[in-house]
Amino acid sequence: MNDYVNITIDDRKIKARAGEKLLWVALDNDIYIPHLCAVREKERSNASCRLCFVEIEGMARPVTSCTQVVREEMVVRTRSTRIDRLVKTAFELLLSDHNLSCRECPANGNCELQKIAKERGLKLRQKRFKAIERDHTVDDSPDEFAFDPSRCVLCGRCIWADREEAGVGAIGFANRGINSVITTFEGVSLAESICTQCKLCVEACPVGAFYYKKDKKA
Amino acid sequence: MSADSPMDNYEKLFEVAKQNEEARREKPRILLGTASCGVAAGALQVKEFFLKEIESHGLDAEVVEVGCIGHCYAEPLAIIAKPGFPAITYGNLDEGLVHLLVEDFLAGEDPCYEYALAAVDRNDVFPTFEDFPRGIYENKLILEQCGYIDPESIDSYIEKDGYRALAKALSDEPARTLDEVKASNLRGRGGAGFPTGRKWETSLKAGGDEKYVICNADEGDPGAFMDRSILESDPHQVIEGMVLCAYAIGATEGYLYIRAEYPRAVKRVREALEQAREKGVLGSSILGTEFNFDLQVFQGAGAFVCGEETALLSSIEGRRGVPRYRPPFPAVEGLWGKPTVINNVKTFSYVPHIINRGADWFKSIGTPESPGTAVFSLVGKVVNTGLVEVPMGTTLRELIFEVGGGLPDGKEFKAVQIGGPSGGCLPESALDVPIDFDSLHEAGAIMGSGGLVVMDEDDCMVSVAHYFLEFTQQESCGKCTFCRLGTKHMLDILTDITRGHGDEERLTLLEELAEDVRDGSLCNLGRTAPNPVLTTLKYFRDEYKAHIEEGRCPARACRDLVLFYIEPSRCSKLCNVCVGSCPTEAIYTRDDGLKAIDQEKCVKCDNCRKACPPEYNAVIKLSPPVLPPEKEKKRT
Ligand SMILES: Cc1cc2nc3c(=O)[nH]c(=O)nc-3n(C[C@H](O)[C@H](O)[C@H](O)COP(=O)(O)O)c2cc1C
Ligand code: SF4
Ligand code: SF4
Repeated sequence: MNDYVNITIDDRKIKARAGEKLLWVALDNDIYIPHLCAVREKERSNASCRLCFVEIEGMARPVTSCTQVVREEMVVRTRSTRIDRLVKTAFELLLSDHNLSCRECPANGNCELQKIAKERGLKLRQKRFKAIERDHTVDDSPDEFAFDPSRCVLCGRCIWADREEAGVGAIGFANRGINSVITTFEGVSLAESICTQCKLCVEACPVGAFYYKKDKKA
Repeated sequence: MSADSPMDNYEKLFEVAKQNEEARREKPRILLGTASCGVAAGALQVKEFFLKEIESHGLDAEVVEVGCIGHCYAEPLAIIAKPGFPAITYGNLDEGLVHLLVEDFLAGEDPCYEYALAAVDRNDVFPTFEDFPRGIYENKLILEQCGYIDPESIDSYIEKDGYRALAKALSDEPARTLDEVKASNLRGRGGAGFPTGRKWETSLKAGGDEKYVICNADEGDPGAFMDRSILESDPHQVIEGMVLCAYAIGATEGYLYIRAEYPRAVKRVREALEQAREKGVLGSSILGTEFNFDLQVFQGAGAFVCGEETALLSSIEGRRGVPRYRPPFPAVEGLWGKPTVINNVKTFSYVPHIINRGADWFKSIGTPESPGTAVFSLVGKVVNTGLVEVPMGTTLRELIFEVGGGLPDGKEFKAVQIGGPSGGCLPESALDVPIDFDSLHEAGAIMGSGGLVVMDEDDCMVSVAHYFLEFTQQESCGKCTFCRLGTKHMLDILTDITRGHGDEERLTLLEELAEDVRDGSLCNLGRTAPNPVLTTLKYFRDEYKAHIEEGRCPARACRDLVLFYIEPSRCSKLCNVCVGSCPTEAIYTRDDGLKAIDQEKCVKCDNCRKACPPEYNAVIKLSPPVLPPEKEKKRT
């Protein structure tokens, strides 16, 4: 078996490692595809943010590039009317449930949502969907960092870091549907939980939900 | 025992079963429908009435709890089998009727035909269900024994050739079983209609020596109850189907994933598994062969999404019941990463019949692309509610008007909702669509798990879409963006429309968003959630428009868009029943002695409209909610 496969992304011929997921191949070749939940080391992507859609020749429906393994002679488009529409809607849906006060956000300027907006020419202040009202309180119990659920996009990267990198298992998803949140076991504060305060979750968070207190603005 | 062939061993079981069951039949027997539908109608109380009457008459008769025969509209319901008489079904049982039946029929010689519903078998005295008009459309394969055999006795099943298919299969190579199922074109009854043989073959070829067989009995659609009914009425049929699958793919372990809200099904299945092990048709050395396979019940915690196969697996593995991306499909990487066949209750139920009677027989029923029968729970505005089984290819019109007996109260048909929250609403013009996986899909609905709700002129299509979407929105696991947030915004828009706050722009947004949620969601819960919205928009767009443009609900069902009004020309001075029915004392007497409603106080509870005697029918609903100006009367 060959170790490499030849694929085409947006008319560019690319040599990709066999078995690799399309998303990482594109990113490694400086072709940006929006993404929030994907973790490179994770064998099975959550495929939950629904932002990394691409079209592949011969496939009827757009597919998520974080789950799609590259194949010899695969022809991929990262942009099309259909893709742009899906990505725009997914992005705007996420923002309809996001505390959009960038000026006060610790992640301002270093935020994956801002990056997606810039790359795809999308507006952060979307108008299509009414903002979802939330009553969230910040957990600032750890010494150096805090968690602000009003900025969380439920990508699950922090959970991955906590379980797989830190090997702790302090946090996870709780509740269902629109009430889904990231919490500790039984909902106690991070300081009261088994969290070791290793801060890997902060490093993993693509937005300003887990943040260093020193970065907090105003 | 192992020296004998599986068929020899089976014949021994069969003989014993026949003798035992014949002995039971020497006494008069009352087969009482105690599936959940019967219990809900009061069957357990009826059982007490029978026991009391039998005792006070000093009779020797057995009351057997059986499952559901599908005529749920007539429940509580029982079959009385007395030697020397044809077995007869009686419906709508109460204390008085039980007394009469025991006194006149069991203690006497009069079968009380005037109260009889139908006979069980053809005879010279009384018609059977097959002689009903619906009889010519029905074709019972997997419901055939439901309600007629004792679900708590394996002998009762074996006597009807139960487990013969297993003996037959075990007498041959596993590949023969697989070939037969493949050749039958059986398609999964869990909703999507995936070819069952192909799924089994994938698991077989996936290799490894650890494999699983799982029966999906999570049935969570509102209004659907056929899987529960089959498990409660004929559990061994499902078990036999699963053992056959295990033999075909080489599995040694399996689960029946039954929702915890189905305690009777769980109990009956557990008992059935116990009996099957005792008889040697489950467990180790099945029917004396070297084939081992055992099953256990797993009680699902009840989330609708756990019926999705990958979420179901997560849940058995002790993790959050949340779907994951496929592929890999469970047939290749399933439970604990091993190849796993997951099929619906009904899918497994067909298998023994296919093995017994052959793939060609199966294909002779239904349509070429969707062979066999379809099982529906017929509910809503239809005369004969209950479980029905018809050949695929039967039209919706036949199903609703012939089998279901049409709509009650002379109401006009408006729509039929098929496939539960993942399905769609089809209008009159689609009634001649033959029921099969592909034509329903084309019309925008899906076969789904078989819920079929009939709707009439009083049902508002926007509210119906709202009802189903509210269900899926609440059942969304929340993992992916489109389903978690998209269904929420869709629901908000629908709520606004039912309140008269919609506008054209938001209607367009609703439609666009519905398409994006369909195309963008991770699992089929989200991908199908927009179906009720998309089909009502396609077939009943003028109802949406009426809500938006005129503030009018054509079915007069949306609370905020109706008002209650007493039509003076119909109201009678001699009557005041409505006054007492109103919980807020909103009804007053006008100067001229007629009644009127104080709109400020009215809470739109509908009591007065129901209370007004039919000869007057004076209370009406108006939509848009505007009083006729010339008739407006001030309170004095
Ligand atoms: C949200 C959701 C709920 C489901 N619920 C059920 C169910 O209750 N029973 C069922 O058999 N299949 C259900 N399914 C379909 C299963 O994922 C799976 O396709 C099915 O069990 C396969 O069996 P079959 O091939 O016999 O149809 C559901 C799917 C989704 C997306
Ligand atoms: S806190 Fe950050 S990393 Fe964790 S789920 Fe939310 S957005 Fe993702
Ligand atoms: S479509 Fe809905 S139920 Fe399915 S994974 Fe996404 S959020 Fe969960």
